[in-house]
Amino acid sequence: MRELRIITMREFFAYFATPLAYVFLVIFLAGAGAVTFFIGDFFSRRQADLFSFFSFVPWLFLVLIPAVGMRLWAEERKSGSIELLMTLPVTTGQAVGGKFLAAWLFTGIAVVLTFPLWISVNYLGDPDNGVILAGYVGTMLMAGALLALAGCLSALTRNQVIAFVVGTAASFLFMMSGLDLVLSVFKGWAPPYVIDMISALSFLTHFQTISQGLLHLPALVFFATMIIVCLFINIQIVELKKAG
Amino acid sequence: MTNLIEVDSVTKRFGAIIAVDDVSFTVRRGEVLGFLGPNGAGKSTTMRVITGYLPPTIGTARVCGQDIQTHPVEAKRKIGFLPEGAPLYGDMSVQGFLEFIARIRNLSGKHKKSRMDDVIERMGLAEVLFQRVETLSKGYKRRVGMAQAILHDPDVLILDEPTDGLDPNQKHHVRELIRDMGSDKAIIISTHILEEVDAVCTRALIIDRGTVVLDGTPGDLHARSRHHNAVVLRMKGDEANRAAKLLRAIPDVGSVEKLDAADGVSLLVVPREGKFVAEAVGAAVRENNIQVVEMHTEAGKLDEVFRQLTVGEEAA
Ligand SMILES: Nc1ncnc2c1ncn2[C@@H]1O[C@H](COP(=O)(O)OP(=O)(O)OP(=O)(O)O)[C@@H](O)[C@H]1O
Ligand SMILES: [Mg+2]
Repeated sequence: MRELRIITMREFFAYFATPLAYVFLVIFLAGAGAVTFFIGDFFSRRQADLFSFFSFVPWLFLVLIPAVGMRLWAEERKSGSIELLMTLPVTTGQAVGGKFLAAWLFTGIAVVLTFPLWISVNYLGDPDNGVILAGYVGTMLMAGALLALAGCLSALTRNQVIAFVVGTAASFLFMMSGLDLVLSVFKGWAPPYVIDMISALSFLTHFQTISQGLLHLPALVFFATMIIVCLFINIQIVELKKAG
Repeated sequence: MTNLIEVDSVTKRFGAIIAVDDVSFTVRRGEVLGFLGPNGAGKSTTMRVITGYLPPTIGTARVCGQDIQTHPVEAKRKIGFLPEGAPLYGDMSVQGFLEFIARIRNLSGKHKKSRMDDVIERMGLAEVLFQRVETLSKGYKRRVGMAQAILHDPDVLILDEPTDGLDPNQKHHVRELIRDMGSDKAIIISTHILEEVDAVCTRALIIDRGTVVLDGTPGDLHARSRHHNAVVLRMKGDEANRAAKLLRAIPDVGSVEKLDAADGVSLLVVPREGKFVAEAVGAAVRENNIQVVEMHTEAGKLDEVFRQLTVGEEAA
């Protein structure tokens, strides 16, 4: 536990040592504000809620989360510091977990910093704060699953650009797998249960379920499972890769 | 238990490449083992196996009795490791980085402070303490790497080319440091600087293409040299031919070679194997009244032994 916390803190502060953290925060917050008030028709809908914010979050995450996750292992491998890290008295699980938690915490800060939106809608109207809370829970869970996925892919390469591009593509697939755009590729040749399985992996569908205000258990379990499975695979990749 | 490091028939393959081929050795407390070998011999790979970074393909390594594969965390606690090229976290300050290492090594309170102060002083890091690691010069990075390795005062130190990139003062300083620490630790250093073996090591291990070709004291290494116990005489040029002839007549002398030096000529008197000719040479010089400017006995040339052991087979 102690080791996990120390690694998490080191990784967390490492974000703020590079411009990446500030670029991320500015883009995320500016994007969130813009969609909530302008693109999302906030004023003409005459309804004070964060519906448009939560429908836009998945698209923001699609590019921003791989940017946060890409450095986790790729940078470590490129600079060789992985040799230092993995010869310190920590387990691979602690290293993987610490890096993931740091990235999640960092994303959490960005999400928390959207609180002025929440204050605004409460000031302008009388939104259902339960639904908003559910939306935030869904946002964090989806962020966690996307980060765990990005972390896995980051461990496969020493090149951050590759980690980013592949991370975005994979996030896109998982996000969209419930939509016809992706499913049509499989329709016609894959058996129906495969199609059902693919569409059941959709982050977007599960996120929408949660953010409609239903803290739907299967959706929560889905994201938790996704995170745990990705972290587990991440550990295997790190061990396998360093075995040479 | 005096064997702090035990390498037990370790083989490491990378696909078709056999980087380390059935290597076994032990290092006791109080020993400083010099790890020598040409580029690609498998030195770094062996060190990576001992420190638990790479799993061996066959065999295992134990550190302070803890098997690096079954008890990796316990073993790693006992080790201080300077990886090849001293990779560090570039985005941290020197202070922040050492703090991180101290915390993860479970140092705290007064003890942590005194250990931090000690390594900062020893490695001369006071003036760069708040600089980001990535902006440091190569030598300073190496020093930070060294500081990180000795911070928790480990029983076992594994240092991959610790003096590479250091200025002459720092080289000297680090060698002294290693010698100092050597008395109560087990230390392995790899190096391409053969004088370092004489300067700091109590034992030398030469490895070539993954296998150990020599394991002995620096003295053993010298003794393998053709030049071991050879006598060098420096004199004026016109004396050389007469002297060479007289010296060849001494019974135990194998050969006398003429080496041109800047000021005059040097004669290298090589004894027959296992013989000692210094006294006889001295007597001959006195009796025949040869004008000698300087005379000394060679301990043996390490680079020559190194070449013999590592390229010998290739050339043959
Ligand atoms: N990850 C790896 N994948 C494939 N081959 C490797 C890997 N690491 C090392 N090797 C190979 O193993 C052999 C031994 O390498 P190693 O780095 O141990 O040599 P070394 O003795 O430390 O050399 P140097 O003096 O140049 O540092 C080399 O042939 C190297 O190419
Ligand atoms: Mg090496």
